[in-house]
Amino acid sequence: MQKIGVFVCWCGSNIAATVDVKKVADVLRLEPGVVISENYQYMCSENGQALIRNAIKEHGLTGVVVCSCSPRMHEATFRKTCESAGLNPYMVEIANIREQCSWIHKDIEEATEKAIVLGRSAIAKLKLNAPLTAGESAVIKRALVIGGGIAGIQSALDIAEAGYEVDIVETSPTIGGNMAKLDKTFPTLDCAACILTPKMVDCAQNEKIDIMTFSEIESVKGFVGNFKVQIRRKARFVDEKKCTGCGVCMQKCPSKKGLNDFNMGLNKRPAIYIPFAQAIPNVAIIDPEQCLKLKNGKCGLCAMNCQVNAIDYTQKDEIIEREYGAIVVATGYKPISLENFNEFGYSSYPDVVTSLELERLMNAAGPTDGHLVRPSDHKEPKVITFIQCVGSRDTSGCGKPYCSKICCMYTAKHAMLIREKYPNTEVHVFYIDVRTPGKNYDEFFRRAVEQYGVDYIKGMVGKVYEENGKLMVQGSDLINNEQVVIPSDLVVLAAAIEPNPSVRNIATMVTASIDTNNFLTEAHAKLRPVESPTAGIFLSGVCQGPKDIPETVSQASACAAKVVGLLSKDKLKCNACVSHSDEMLCTGCSVCANVCPYGAITYVDKEFRIGGGKTETRRVASVNEAVCQGCGACTVACPSGAMDLKGFSNKQIMAEVDAICKR
Amino acid sequence: MQRIESMMIEKAKALLSSGEVNRVLGWKKGELGFDVEPCVFTSEDSLKDFVYNAFCGANLSKYLVGETKKEGKILVFLKPCDSYSFNQLIKEHRINKDNVYTVGVECQGKVDNSKLKENGIEIVDGVVETVEEVTIKANGKDYAFKKDEIVLGKCSVCEKKLLSYDEVISINEKRTPSIDRFEMVKKLESMTADERYAFWKDQLSNCIRCNACRNVCPACTCTKCVFDNDNSGIASKANSDSFEEKMFHIIRAFHVAGRCTDCGECSRVCPQHIPLHLLNRKFISDINRLYGEYQAGEDTESKGPLTNFTKGDAEPSEVFGGNN
Repeated sequence: MQKIGVFVCWCGSNIAATVDVKKVADVLRLEPGVVISENYQYMCSENGQALIRNAIKEHGLTGVVVCSCSPRMHEATFRKTCESAGLNPYMVEIANIREQCSWIHKDIEEATEKAIVLGRSAIAKLKLNAPLTAGESAVIKRALVIGGGIAGIQSALDIAEAGYEVDIVETSPTIGGNMAKLDKTFPTLDCAACILTPKMVDCAQNEKIDIMTFSEIESVKGFVGNFKVQIRRKARFVDEKKCTGCGVCMQKCPSKKGLNDFNMGLNKRPAIYIPFAQAIPNVAIIDPEQCLKLKNGKCGLCAMNCQVNAIDYTQKDEIIEREYGAIVVATGYKPISLENFNEFGYSSYPDVVTSLELERLMNAAGPTDGHLVRPSDHKEPKVITFIQCVGSRDTSGCGKPYCSKICCMYTAKHAMLIREKYPNTEVHVFYIDVRTPGKNYDEFFRRAVEQYGVDYIKGMVGKVYEENGKLMVQGSDLINNEQVVIPSDLVVLAAAIEPNPSVRNIATMVTASIDTNNFLTEAHAKLRPVESPTAGIFLSGVCQGPKDIPETVSQASACAAKVVGLLSKDKLKCNACVSHSDEMLCTGCSVCANVCPYGAITYVDKEFRIGGGKTETRRVASVNEAVCQGCGACTVACPSGAMDLKGFSNKQIMAEVDAICKR
Repeated sequence: MQRIESMMIEKAKALLSSGEVNRVLGWKKGELGFDVEPCVFTSEDSLKDFVYNAFCGANLSKYLVGETKKEGKILVFLKPCDSYSFNQLIKEHRINKDNVYTVGVECQGKVDNSKLKENGIEIVDGVVETVEEVTIKANGKDYAFKKDEIVLGKCSVCEKKLLSYDEVISINEKRTPSIDRFEMVKKLESMTADERYAFWKDQLSNCIRCNACRNVCPACTCTKCVFDNDNSGIASKANSDSFEEKMFHIIRAFHVAGRCTDCGECSRVCPQHIPLHLLNRKFISDINRLYGEYQAGEDTESKGPLTNFTKGDAEPSEVFGGNN
């Protein structure tokens, strides 16, 4: 006979304000098998846990149901509580009466009824629970950082600093990311390259860090502490080990018509190129779409002029496999495409540029050597108008509903730098709100207005059109309550930022959660902001949400601290809720092995009795419990229902459903 | 076709007498002419009952699950549609390939027996077939049919090729279908949810749960079917409403999704003439739209779109819109 204890938590007023906790405890006390049912203000507090421990000892409980917050919050806590009182930790069930009940209902009567039903469902499941024991697995002491922008660089440096090996995998030919393209950085206006490139060099020189540029993640298998990752090292047609970065090939290359990605396509580069002077690795790369030798076999000038024979036109993509204990996702962002914003004329007028393009136009290493001129006629603009929130805070569906967070500050920066360097230039900024929280941020913005006389106009721009060689910016001035038209020479759009599109694939490969805007979801918005809900996956930088550089660097270091915490362990406790195969039902069809993301399923030939004194040999699935993570994919895919999950068996789940449906 | 039959018998005799195989899986004449059934022939002598004609619609591949476990090799004749099921079963490790010798045979569409009765044919005395026509001798006269009038639904849309065989018997007379395979699926998709429910409720209300569809289905080869498993909690359970029993077909369609080769056996054997293949074909059409054209059984190695993740995989919501 089971002896079940039910413990209903108030969660202060979080639950108790909407659910009659006493009534829940009283009703659940009448359920068959329940011997004690209590309610308490904070069940997770020391006193609350003592209540559970004492009840286990006093009543000899065989199982415990805690009606409280989400199991993701405190399941581990209550499992530990019960274990310390001698109960198997897997004899604990959580009924989530907070997130799934009190927080989403207003009517006390309805919420109370639902809380009771959720409690009953947990009791029904608990009755089918069996004690489980978890195994252990070793931790591979190496980390993978996906993305080589400032976030990935900082995380990698900090992990290496703690003594662990770390690989950076970057899709573009150099690390540095978006920050490498910036001119100056707010709020101190130091040059981005001056503060970033030393960090890039540190990465290259650190013997614990292995940088793999022009490489992509091909597949991820395994689980926390034991990931197996395939990395595609794309062919760059230049031997990375031989190339000295002398740049002779770039001068000799006759095919110079490629758009320079690093300069946002504002100028041209040869088919063989080094993205920028401080690129890490400082190694050339050939664009096969543009290279005459690769396209039609004629040329070969770069190979002829290369002193170290680094050019290899026959190079092929190579796939390497490495093992890691932890994975940091630092895939960053890109500005959104402006195709939905024709009203601003981005695709029609060359002198309507994005802020990131302006960074290149103002950068000393940019296409104009830092001389701010219009892309169309290379003349200095006399009137520049900035438009903020292009695609940010946009609920129309054209853009993004969120605030991109960095635009107010960089626009103030641009405005200020222009007024400083070209004092005769008129600068206007259209804005919805100016948001500048952060250390020294508001002061920075005020300086732009008060000291540099930047004209801030509260209101949105309706359209940009050309008239007499001027870009006419028509918008509303909400403070003066009038329509304004500003004839401008250059228009700068603060385009919203969005997560790098590759993050969706990566999230799927590492089974990390992602939100509707493609930002990766953290394990807890406030308390676990740098971890993904998937164990062993960590979040660094803008892939988790819009951030500026100081915030990105802080988060990247926090992320590294979490990685180091994981890698410092020799062993991890495995998940006890693993899958197993009912060999009498298994047909050996391999569907489970196909869907298993962890490679935990193998097949064995076994002999079975089939009656009449006969036997037959059948191919059946066998689960490696040390590798299985209990995701349950196999139980869903198995056509004959042979796969089942300990702790979440089909029967247990059906018992829960039945308990909910029972009237 | 008559020429193919004699070539097949010749081949079977040769392989039996050489000892290459000890059994032959083929089709056996019935008493009424059209009631051909699958049969394992164990001697050259028994092959006198062997038949291959317009009534050999039955898919033989599933019998190999049991037959290839036995001693010795078995010869099997596979029509194009059977060869897809054969491949799928190989992929799922259900057939021991070492114990089977496969001979692919050409097919120009098989007769739907239910259409015989509609035409007043009770006993068939003979059949003559060309690529586009079938002439059936019955009631002392000749009944001539265009293929599209008389063949099984699966045959009227068949574009299948012979895929898997050790050798092939063909007279190079292939028939090309004139009907779009997904025509009826599109019709169902264009209905409102209520209309569609009414359609299926009406169709499935004829079901007598004889399990013929399941028993014949080459994708249904579980050692123990969930519907027969006492521990599954669904066997011998009282129905909560009149439609619950019909969920059998929907659950079965889910079980074979991504593995169904669209061989059409479910609809062919249904004594109540329920167009069960439409459930599977809807899945096939959805899979094609989501993951690109996919034909189950076309190969013996790939994972199949529903049990594999590739970087190119679409989000269902992106293909079907947010609320589907």
